[in-house]
This record gives sequence, C-alpha cells and structure tokens, in this order.
Amino acid sequence: MAHEGKGTGGLDTTATPGSLGAGQPSHPIGTAPEAAFGEVPEAFSPREMDAPLHAKRMIVNMGPSHPAMHGVTRAVVALEGETIADMKLDIGFLHRGFEKSCENATWTQCFPYTDRLNYISAIMNNTGFALAVEKLCRLDIPDRAKYLRVVGSEIHRICDHLTLVSAMGLELGAMTVFLYGIEARDLLWDRLAELCGARLTSSYCRIGGVSRDAPEGWIEKTTASLDRVNELVGEISGLLTRNRIFLDRTRDTGKVSREDAIDLGFAGPCLRASGEPYDIRKAAPYLVYDRLDFDIPVGEHGDNFDRYLVRMEEIRQSDRILRQCFQQMEPGEIAVKDFHYVLPPKPQVYGTIEGLMAHFKLIMDGIQVPAGEAYSYTEAANGELGFYVVSDGGGRPYKLGLRAPGWPMLAALPYMVKGSLLADLIPTFDSINMIGGEVEQ
Amino acid sequence: MSKAVTAALKEKFPDAVQEVYEGVGGDDCAFVKKDAVAEVCRFLKEDPAMAFNMAPYVTAVDYLGQEPRFEVVYNLVSTRLNHRVRLRVKVPESDLEVPTVTHLWRGADWFERYCFDMYGIRFLGHPDMRRLFMYDEFVGHPLRKDYPLKGRQPLTAERNFRDLYRGPGPSGRD
Repeated sequence: MAHEGKGTGGLDTTATPGSLGAGQPSHPIGTAPEAAFGEVPEAFSPREMDAPLHAKRMIVNMGPSHPAMHGVTRAVVALEGETIADMKLDIGFLHRGFEKSCENATWTQCFPYTDRLNYISAIMNNTGFALAVEKLCRLDIPDRAKYLRVVGSEIHRICDHLTLVSAMGLELGAMTVFLYGIEARDLLWDRLAELCGARLTSSYCRIGGVSRDAPEGWIEKTTASLDRVNELVGEISGLLTRNRIFLDRTRDTGKVSREDAIDLGFAGPCLRASGEPYDIRKAAPYLVYDRLDFDIPVGEHGDNFDRYLVRMEEIRQSDRILRQCFQQMEPGEIAVKDFHYVLPPKPQVYGTIEGLMAHFKLIMDGIQVPAGEAYSYTEAANGELGFYVVSDGGGRPYKLGLRAPGWPMLAALPYMVKGSLLADLIPTFDSINMIGGEVEQ
Repeated sequence: MSKAVTAALKEKFPDAVQEVYEGVGGDDCAFVKKDAVAEVCRFLKEDPAMAFNMAPYVTAVDYLGQEPRFEVVYNLVSTRLNHRVRLRVKVPESDLEVPTVTHLWRGADWFERYCFDMYGIRFLGHPDMRRLFMYDEFVGHPLRKDYPLKGRQPLTAERNFRDLYRGPGPSGRD
C-alpha cells in the first residue's frame, strides 16, 4: 500500500528501504528545468519536500536580509554538513550609482555623496575626496584645516573600530560589549555634532579647507570624552580579550597568510593583522601625519582575533594622535583665501560686486578644476580609500573612481571561509568590516 | 617619487610602453599597449627592483568622442619598496577585450568585473566574467557617457497600478 507524505518520510515503498535512490526525488534537486524569465516556477513536489535530510551538499542562502550579513550581502553557501564546501557572493543590493551621481554634480556637491559611502566614518571619506581634488588643483590648505581634518578623521576611526568590535561581540553573543561600544561611540558623535552639525553625515570638509572651526571649549570637552571612551574601551577589552567563548570563536578562524593578504589586495587593519606593516599614514604621509608620533600595530596570525586586537590597539593610537593634535593646533585660517575655491564671507557677498560674482560662479558653475587626472589615496578605517579623479577643466568631475576600502576584503571572503564551519562565517564577516555603503557604491 | 620605475619600463619595453610621464603630484604614469599589459604587469610584479605585489585599484574611463574611446587604469603598489605606478591602457570601442591580470594579483578580480559591468570592457582569461553590481538581465553599461540619466529598467515587469499621487498613467513613463 503506497502512502506518501509525512509518516513515511517520502520513501518510495516500491524500492527496497535503505537502498540507493530510495526516498530520492525523481531528479536531483537543482537539475529541474528552470522557469523562463518572469514565469512562476513549479512548486516542489510533496516527495521532494518530504525527502529526509541527507548528508550531501545543501545550498543555503544567507542574506540579503540576514541580520549577520548586515542587511545587504547575499552569500550562497554550499554546505556539507556544517562545513562550507563552496561559497559565492551576490552583491549590489545597495548599489545606488555613486560614480554616475557624482559625474552629474559639481565638485562641492559630491561631498554629501561621499558621506554616505562609509556612513560610520564620513569625515575620512570627505578628507579623501577633498585631498584628491586638491591634488588636481595643486592646492595647499592652511595648517589648522589640516589638523581639523586629522582630528575629525581620527575621531571617526575610533567610532568605526568601536562599531566593528561591538557588532562582533553582539553577533557572537556578547550584548554588553555592544552597549558599552555604542555609549562610547555616541559620546564621540555628540562631539562631532558640535563640530560640524551632524552626527553621521558630516560633510565637514570643503575643497580648500573645512567648513567650520571648532567651537570654544570643544577641545577640553573632547579630551574629557576621550577619557571616558578609554575607560569604556578598557571595559570592552576586559570583556572580550580573555573571554573563552570569544577566543574559541575567533582564534584560528578566517585565517589569511601574509602572502595571501597582499595578493588578495587587502589593506588597512586586515592587512596589518596578517603581518604586513603597511599603513599609508606612514608610507606616504598626508596632511600632518608626519608631525605626529604613533605606532602601527601588526598582527601575527592573520585570524579574526588578530584583526580584533589590531583594531583595539588602533583605537588607542588614534587617541594618542588626537591628544597630540590638540597640543599642536594653533589658531588660524580654516580654509584658503582664494575665492576660486572657497565661498567668500557673507558680508563680502552682500557688500561687494566681486564677492557676489565669486559666490554666484561657485554656486552655479562649481569650482573649475584644471583638466587632468590624479589618484589620491588615504588610510581610512578599513584600509586604502582611493579616489581616481579625471577633470575636463569644468565644474563637474568627468570621472570619479572610488576605490572602496572594504572591496577586496569582501571579494576574498569565499577564500577565507572555504573549508571552515558555517558558524565561523559570522566572525569572519564581522572582522573584515564590510560596509555596504562603500563597497556597493 | 623616483623615476626609476618608468625609466626601467621604457628600457625593458620600448614598443609596448608608448609614453611615460610624471602626473600631478609626481605620480609615475605610463601608457601601455593593450596587448602587452599582462606582460608588462608580470615584469612589474616579478622583477625584484619593481616588486609591485599589490594592485589596489583597477578602473576604466569612458572618453566619449575621443579615439580610442575607453581607457583602463591600473594603480599598482609595492608594499615592500613603497612605490607606486599608474598604467593607462587605451581600449578602442571596436575591440573591447583586454588581457586579465587576475592571475598576477587575485585582488584585481572584482575590479575587472566592475569594469565589465559598468563599461562593457571584457577581460580575457578572467575566471568569472560576470556583472558585479547590476543584475544579469540589465541592458547596457551604466557608466558609459552615452547611457541616459533618466529612465527605468525594472528587473520584473512593472504592474500597472493606480498611482495615488500622480493619477493613472502608462507604466514606465519616466
């Protein structure tokens, strides 16, 4: 008596129980004829649905709306039991045409677009873009503006690393870490709100300088905030660095050797965690990094734990940089005094014809950047942030190529997790700090 | 930056390297013939005095109206010797195929896919030459200068529903 359905597990009673092929669907899963574009494919047959869980390859879709995939990445994982046999990434769910948008905006209007690349560390993107355009304009900005850019960048570097560490803790089950991290990050974001009026999308830099000076008493307030952040970072370190569960999940998982890291195009903390001491702030100093004293932490094993440790140490080094900047900063101009690049002050706009003309031309036509091409690179929180700019001499970029820091790391994720457990995918994905905004442009 | 890299390139490949120049900010730049790019890159990677062990950025530019129309730009870095070079390769519209460099630097994988996605430049020998961001059914290459700014390309056919704000109208009107 043939009775299909739940009770039999879909077994074909005509076949000998336990024999090869018993309980299998008539065709292997995945070889069914594909439905044409736009058609609704045929539903699984009840036999297929009831087939017992067998120890062969299973395809699992993680994302794009999986919480550990940060909402934007789809990982197609082929599993053998719990081991990842193969993996492919499908990205582009957050693609919003950054380059095309910028090609149709004036140079200054690009700043809000760059904010939204890495929305946790917007000032670093602003700085990278501003430096690229200034390279093309052969423009040197005043000292105070350089210091303010470094201060903004380093505060945002701390925020970015804090976010990574706390999210990593959260996704590995340590929620307390997340709360400490968010408290510290919010303290710094409050200081940034006082500096540039926005917590996240700062648009702080301008071509030729920065948009506003630090308000009175801001440095003292920020120093006090940094003291509190240091305390909280100590708490986080105490909760994670010797935590048995955290160590078991992160040590020896997601390992990348030094040679592989270089070959795969790693940059930033991930490259340094693999043992390559390359930091653009030291290798090709920009702004005032050559006047500051800081160390480059380098890892040994290139696993997730080393990437965590490198970031924790970079938080402390950024703190050092900030305190040195506060000591070295002197009052002065915050932007160049050239009305070809920077808007004139309002009394001049309303009072003189030259000021009005400069204002009008800058708003309507944009900054006239000399024709040419340049590649400028800075050390953002996740690695090399590069802008390849091409100008045809007009007010809009002819081409604005973005080298997103997290791009090669995300591309390398399948190499990193192949052969490891599915559970190891989570800390590995966290530790490369993939930010959808910058990777998918 | 030193001129050693571009001088060595010019000496080693007198034909394939068409022109070397110093770019804005003292960057070393060179124009390289399309067919020789893999060969030049191999020399840059394997020669101990060059040692360009990383390709941090590969991108393309569409110079619409110029001949040849496209250009692929390779930014290379040596983390050991701390120097950089930029190779520019002109690609005519009639022959959009460039040899890949993924066998030299695996990190160039997604950059080349991006160039294919956005500009339609194919990289010969690339292991997985598919679109990166756009979906496979997408028609055209969005970063080309002649790709229209306005318009829609939905993945599935749009349903003709009543628009509460703009009133009924033909679907896909803007």
